[in-house]
Amino acid sequence: MPPAISTHELTRRFDDLVAVNALSLDVQAGEVFGLLGPNGAGKTTTIKMLITLLPPTSGEASVAGHDIRHEPRLVRRSIGYVPQLLSSDGALSARENLMTSARLYHLPDADRTARIAEALEFMGLESSADRLVRTFSGGMVRRLEIAQAMLHRPEVLFLDEPTVGLDPTARKAVWGHIRELRQAEGTTILLTTHYMDEAAELCSRVGFMHLGKLVALGTPAELSEQAGKGKDLDDAFTYFTGSGLSETGEQGGQYRDVARTRRTARRLG
Amino acid sequence: MTSLERVERPAAWAEPPAAIRFVLDAWTIAEGELRKLRHDPTELLTRAVQPILWLLVFGQVMAQTRAISTGNLPYEDFLAPGILAQSALFSAIFFGIAVIWERDLGVLHKYLVSPAARSALVTGKALAGGLRALVQAAMVYIVALLIGVHLRLDPVSLVGVALVVVIGSAAFATFSLVIACLVRTRERFMGIGQILTMPLFFASSAIYPIAMMPGWLKVVAQVNPLTYQVDALRGLMVQGATENFPLALDFGVLIASTVVLIAIAARLYPRLAQ
Repeated sequence: MPPAISTHELTRRFDDLVAVNALSLDVQAGEVFGLLGPNGAGKTTTIKMLITLLPPTSGEASVAGHDIRHEPRLVRRSIGYVPQLLSSDGALSARENLMTSARLYHLPDADRTARIAEALEFMGLESSADRLVRTFSGGMVRRLEIAQAMLHRPEVLFLDEPTVGLDPTARKAVWGHIRELRQAEGTTILLTTHYMDEAAELCSRVGFMHLGKLVALGTPAELSEQAGKGKDLDDAFTYFTGSGLSETGEQGGQYRDVARTRRTARRLG
Repeated sequence: MTSLERVERPAAWAEPPAAIRFVLDAWTIAEGELRKLRHDPTELLTRAVQPILWLLVFGQVMAQTRAISTGNLPYEDFLAPGILAQSALFSAIFFGIAVIWERDLGVLHKYLVSPAARSALVTGKALAGGLRALVQAAMVYIVALLIGVHLRLDPVSLVGVALVVVIGSAAFATFSLVIACLVRTRERFMGIGQILTMPLFFASSAIYPIAMMPGWLKVVAQVNPLTYQVDALRGLMVQGATENFPLALDFGVLIASTVVLIAIAARLYPRLAQ
């Protein structure tokens, strides 16, 4: 089986900053792969290139067997994406959000209603289906977003910090749903996260990015071990990406990133 | 692993041809926007207050002064189509702010990773911007009837007015979207929006005839799409009004502006999410 995601020397520059530097990576079908690293390491830029929102400066990549440069529409048909920010429309109800997705992906008419009902049930949102999403709690919004991203049964699902701003209970619930999805539908999942316990819990393999480069790749257990005896993934994070506190190493526009993350966290909370 | 076989992937579904997808996707976007208005019509209703004030206060006072020569046409009759165009413009020109808002939230990214063509997404937005203006049109008609404007109420004229309002507002909403893609932040957009509205409005025949303008302003007015919208509205809306241009030219200018602006916006729209 060909890899679900394959990149070769994938690079993205912003003026003189190299956000993603010659990234070569294969993610196998059915894997839950975690892309980890400090802010500004290039995780979100990598995802944006893979989901065709951002053209690469150089290098190649394919997702679900389609070239991201030359077949962007086929890539988009095959993927689901839950951004770090909010993606469900607060001014619409959960059902209307799902219906919009169903229509944009041209799900067959006959399947739409059943598929939406199924998605609502799977995410435990049946009783809130007709409420405006802006009245939802953070955990409910995330569940709806995942349902929306999975409605067309994508081959590859991209989750950018899926549990940022959620309380522990809501996080555990989202983890459970991610696992079930993988098992039930065999979806390949690529996620980014700052929570090492989350990565250790969910991911079959993880890669550490630092300053745009992939600096380590392996199972959570392997990488913890490389960091030293009796170490965990938190230690591995520090080991592979430096202290994480360097003042020069991080990407520009930090203040904006921070403002954004906090805003998202507040909205979801 | 049997579940893997069971799963139907999108590739297995027959998609409609590209042209039909374009229409369906544009309508999906437009309908979503209209649903939002139905859930919360506050903005729409507050927007409708403005034309009432212009017609009742500005119109009545200016009619008294007889400072603006409109021939045999009473000033209120001359003004009503102009105010309709103006109120539609003022609400369309700030349409882009919602798009920046969607970008800040992340909703925009969701639409851009869907397989819908960028041009279909933009067309849907434009259509929603156009249809919104029909509410304002209804409001202007009610007030105009109350103050005794001699409106043409035959079905052909009404349909004509509706078309002009929708196409014109779609053009200005798309213009707003283009600006939003260029300035990218709400703060800058608010400033630019204010700067753009006034010249568009005053360099048109909305509240005084082109004949009254100084030469240089006449030139500006003739390249301003709002002039053609007002011109078409005046001919279709009011009994005994004379148009400056043939109706076909008015429609031609409005449709061409919309198409060109949609093409530009479709190019710029994805850059918002980068």
